[in-house]
Amino acid sequence: MFDTALTTSDLLFMAKGAGMTLAVTGIAVAAGTLLGIVLGVVRVQLGPVWSAPLTFLLDIFRSVPLLIQLVLGNAFQAIAQFGWEPFTTSCVILSLYTAAYCTEIVRGAIDAVPATTRRAARSLGLNWSQDMGYIVAPLAARIAMPSWIGLTLGVLKDSSLILWLGMIELLRASQIVITRLQEPLFILMICGLIYFLLSFPIARLGGYLEKRWSPND
Amino acid sequence: MIEIENVRKSFGPLEVLKGIDLTVKKGEVLTVIGGSGSGKSTLLTCINGLEPIDSGRILVDGTHVHAKSTDINKLRCKIGIVFQQFNAFPHLTVLENVTLAPRKVKKMSRAEAEEIAIKQLNHVGLGEKRDVYPSRLSGGQQQRMAIARALAMSPDYMLFDEVTSALDPQLVGEVLDTLKMLADDGMTMILVTHEMSFARDVSDRVAFFHQGVMAEIGPPKQIFEDPQNEETRKFLSNVR
Amino acid sequence: MPQLLEGALVTLEIAVLSMVIGLFIAVLFTLFRLSGIRVLNAFAVSWIEIARNTPALFQIYMAHFGLGSFGIHLSPYAALLAGIAFNNAGYLSENFRGALKAIPDTQTRAGRSLGMTWLQSFRLIVMPQMLRVAFLPMTNQMVWAILMTSLGVTVGMNTDLAGITQALNARSFRTFEFFAIAAVIYYIIAKIVTLGARLIASRMFRY
Repeated sequence: MFDTALTTSDLLFMAKGAGMTLAVTGIAVAAGTLLGIVLGVVRVQLGPVWSAPLTFLLDIFRSVPLLIQLVLGNAFQAIAQFGWEPFTTSCVILSLYTAAYCTEIVRGAIDAVPATTRRAARSLGLNWSQDMGYIVAPLAARIAMPSWIGLTLGVLKDSSLILWLGMIELLRASQIVITRLQEPLFILMICGLIYFLLSFPIARLGGYLEKRWSPND
Repeated sequence: MIEIENVRKSFGPLEVLKGIDLTVKKGEVLTVIGGSGSGKSTLLTCINGLEPIDSGRILVDGTHVHAKSTDINKLRCKIGIVFQQFNAFPHLTVLENVTLAPRKVKKMSRAEAEEIAIKQLNHVGLGEKRDVYPSRLSGGQQQRMAIARALAMSPDYMLFDEVTSALDPQLVGEVLDTLKMLADDGMTMILVTHEMSFARDVSDRVAFFHQGVMAEIGPPKQIFEDPQNEETRKFLSNVR
Repeated sequence: MPQLLEGALVTLEIAVLSMVIGLFIAVLFTLFRLSGIRVLNAFAVSWIEIARNTPALFQIYMAHFGLGSFGIHLSPYAALLAGIAFNNAGYLSENFRGALKAIPDTQTRAGRSLGMTWLQSFRLIVMPQMLRVAFLPMTNQMVWAILMTSLGVTVGMNTDLAGITQALNARSFRTFEFFAIAAVIYYIIAKIVTLGARLIASRMFRY
């Protein structure tokens, strides 16, 4: 196993792939979270009946394989002649996918803030947006944090599927190296290790935030 | 002055307020007693505009609470309310709990708000606890904090909705003492309570609610010693 | 269209098989963890960590390409099944651990106090309660398993829904139509599973 043909430039190639994985994940999580917060608040404000169409639409993103979504998204942008690069398509689809999950997390977290606490805030004269900003947002953020970290880690892993659109992210980069060197197990182990290294800090951050916030509850 | 005129309110098919008429004058302490489901708590949340009403009207110092044109948040600064659940904001310290509304609603500076908050916290005996989070407080302390939080808005009226019902028996006294002190200071108050001896002690008038109707109102001496209404008599003989 | 429906059956078959295998391993792992035997516990924990912290596609690649290093060459079908089963086992074990935590120790003790052996009280008292807590996450994992089968196409699988769709697409280049139909079929399968599970749950967990 230590007798390998793997060179530094191969490793660098894989690191570049990991960079792509991180970039796409970062963009998707940022955009998806923003959209998810907006849609989550909209869902709560509209109530279950009026937001049913939105719920149905978002449910599609969670019930159809991401791979199919990516292919469909790519085909759609071609038909609509958007002329998007695979990178753009990947980011757009992954963002929507993230937003679909994030909306549910945000809705659940807002609903978990006790109605009596919100009523107390309103009774002090705080208006809706002040109640949302000073009471609901901080409490809901705490409740949502573990799920949100889980979502981020999920997107990091699911971003591997963009290789189907020809993107060279971490897994695809590893595959290319494998094809050249014919040492699949060794290279996949390195690839897996890199995924671990990418996820670990995020998971730790989640644990840290949870610990820091919990004594105040 | 709080004027309640023929107020009706239903939750679905259930009519909880069946035409209430009531006037509370400045400086008066009114206690509302009655069984569960008599509508007494609902009336308090209606006065504050937290619940809409179906018909009738409520005027606070001449301002129509449920009118569209009323700035309800401004009006709420005048009317403090404390609930059965303590409703502490768990992510804020005791001091932050109390200063939040003065700063954000009344746009006071932090220093100004803190000065008022500390005064109110000292008033309810929580001066020492200003920097801890509510989770470190006992139920009675949390409830006193909620009172200080409402008082920090310098309201003209205070509404108390069964504020001792969720407390352990040994913690009830400290909260009642705080209420007593407020009453002695001349605050205009409406209290919904199950503490009969307290009601008799602090009230100017006592109202008895029964199934959405104000069955009887009068000075505590009359209500407790010589109730005119059959239902009042039944209720009082049960709680004793 | 009939081809796509045949593919859907293969998809469902892989999902169900991978779930059965995954459940079996997960129960085994739960016992491993409870056993207090270091080696078994460490084995279960590393499996679970890898399953949860690497992409499902990576795990399928591992089964397809990685095992080649040991001279084991799996067909796309076997590699896909192995990959998803591996993933299921990891996530389900973690669900079971959470479910186990939700059941107080006193339940086992109560069983023991009635004269049951440890295994009896685990099987008769703890397991049924665990199942209730773990049922919803299990349903979610089943939906995940269905969605994961679509990854087979990347290792040359051509008999499942995604594989057949891709094959038809390669012949006709009507990408959007074919994949849109596939998406609808995946959606329907996922919904049937979710609703079915909800029905079963309402029958099973009456207490």
